[in-house]
Amino acid sequence: MNMEPRSMINPTRADDAYDVERIRQDFPILSCKIHGKPLVYLDNAASAQKPRVVIDRVSRVYEQEYANVHRGVHFLSERATTLYEEAREKVRVFLNAASHKEIVFTRNATEAINLVAASYGSNVLQPGDEIIISELEHHANIVPWQMLRDQKGLKLRIAPISDDGEFLMGEFTKLVGPKTKLVAIAQMSNVLGTVLPVRQIIDIAHQAGAKVLLDACQAVTHLPVDVQALGCDFLVFSGHKLYGPSGIGILYGREQLLAEMPPYMTGGEMINRVTFETTTFAGLPGKFEAGTPAIAQAIGLGAAIDYVTGIGLDAIADHERDVLNYANQRLAAIPGLRLIGTAPGKASVVSFTLDCAHPHDIATIVDRAGVAVRAGHHCAQPLMDRYGIPAATRASIGMYNTRADIDALAHGLEQVRELFA
Amino acid sequence: MMDDIRELYQDVILDHGRRPRNLRHPEDATCEARGYNPVCGDKLTVYLKVDDDGIVQDAAFEGNGCAISMASASMMTELIRGRTEAEVSKLFAQFHHMCTIDDASEQQDPDAANALEKLQVLSGVREYPMRVKCATLAWHAVTAALQGEREASTE
Repeated sequence: MNMEPRSMINPTRADDAYDVERIRQDFPILSCKIHGKPLVYLDNAASAQKPRVVIDRVSRVYEQEYANVHRGVHFLSERATTLYEEAREKVRVFLNAASHKEIVFTRNATEAINLVAASYGSNVLQPGDEIIISELEHHANIVPWQMLRDQKGLKLRIAPISDDGEFLMGEFTKLVGPKTKLVAIAQMSNVLGTVLPVRQIIDIAHQAGAKVLLDACQAVTHLPVDVQALGCDFLVFSGHKLYGPSGIGILYGREQLLAEMPPYMTGGEMINRVTFETTTFAGLPGKFEAGTPAIAQAIGLGAAIDYVTGIGLDAIADHERDVLNYANQRLAAIPGLRLIGTAPGKASVVSFTLDCAHPHDIATIVDRAGVAVRAGHHCAQPLMDRYGIPAATRASIGMYNTRADIDALAHGLEQVRELFA
Repeated sequence: MMDDIRELYQDVILDHGRRPRNLRHPEDATCEARGYNPVCGDKLTVYLKVDDDGIVQDAAFEGNGCAISMASASMMTELIRGRTEAEVSKLFAQFHHMCTIDDASEQQDPDAANALEKLQVLSGVREYPMRVKCATLAWHAVTAALQGEREASTE
């Protein structure tokens, strides 16, 4: 059987100067028309589009390499297992984890957080213990801890932010005490774009003996994330925001912590030996991967990591910063527009309100001009409450966005004003 | 301005959205219910004064949301006054049909036909499935209020 890859368009590599037009050509969907207009995709914080190399990689799995993993001795099963484990290795290198045992494949970041809450949380935390989250968290990093709080009699404390959206380190430090057992915090806000000083947060938490979980969903697409340099205990992200397939997420956990944690879900794949009387569990990371995993999606995520690191996260971040700065200038000039989140050093997300129109009307109108933005609470209702707004419109920038995309958005917003102002 | 956008945001909608009618909290309301659309955060409370014969004597609302939801609530408060619960319920069924299915059904009752004709300006949401709930939120809240519930479900 022929296992060679089909001929593919060569994806963009790092040795080229950042050529956004070439990068755009790697993403087939960007040549689609929406309502007869060229697609301007500015909803990357919700989910990013996929480059051809990822789409082809997933297709190739199904066309030539697919079987269940970790089971069969037949050729395809061994092949799929090798590819699946190679994808895990790519994730390990991407995060600079010490061991492949520290990389658990999940469905998404939400499942990864739930895994930690259910397994680590209910096993280790005791009544009266405290968990600290921040005011800017996504619901995925709020609700699992609320559930755990109610089950275990814990206390959930909220680290505040400033009006600009800056994490208030002094206030956080005051919340940390001997009862603090876990700090679960976003590395970057999905609404405000704030990049949190996580290194410092981790140091303060560790000094108090607390563990730290980082929600890196937004961060991994914009800045290099090194779990050993950061010193975090857990870190989660979703593949689909990193230009990979949906249905695959990552939990990084320190080996020692994962080894002490009980399984989250049980069933096939995660066992060593099962009798009707008792079961012994597989070692790491299999212990946390019950059932047939998302095989093609994991391999597709590996391809996405190759693609992103091939271009270079630093180069991507530089490009996105240019587009972000342009967006800030361009949008701030629109009368009645209020930017939500203006922390220094923020990345790639522009949330705003317009005094004359509701975010949903804005999103509908700019959509007709081919511009995809998000309107609503962005799964961060407590943050919306913090700013006293029911909803906001969000344009989030990815590696393929350009200043022209921002112009298209600004033009759409002018039409909104024409209609409503 | 794009034509299809003007089709959705007709002048009547923009007018009701800008200057909602019956945007108040009547002291003598006999029932009320909240409507909340978790997808977009549209939030409103509908207040009704229903007399002993089951006829809606007054209808008002408070809340905030997109132009479609505000205009729909505003128009609804004008159109349900003087109607019984059964009539309101029938009108909502016909309005909901109009917002989701593109087939102009023949209306026999001339008064209801007139009301539906006014509501026709909102039927543009048919082309925007995510916005149908914006147009129907207030009606869901009224249905809940008339059934003695405090909370409307848009599911």
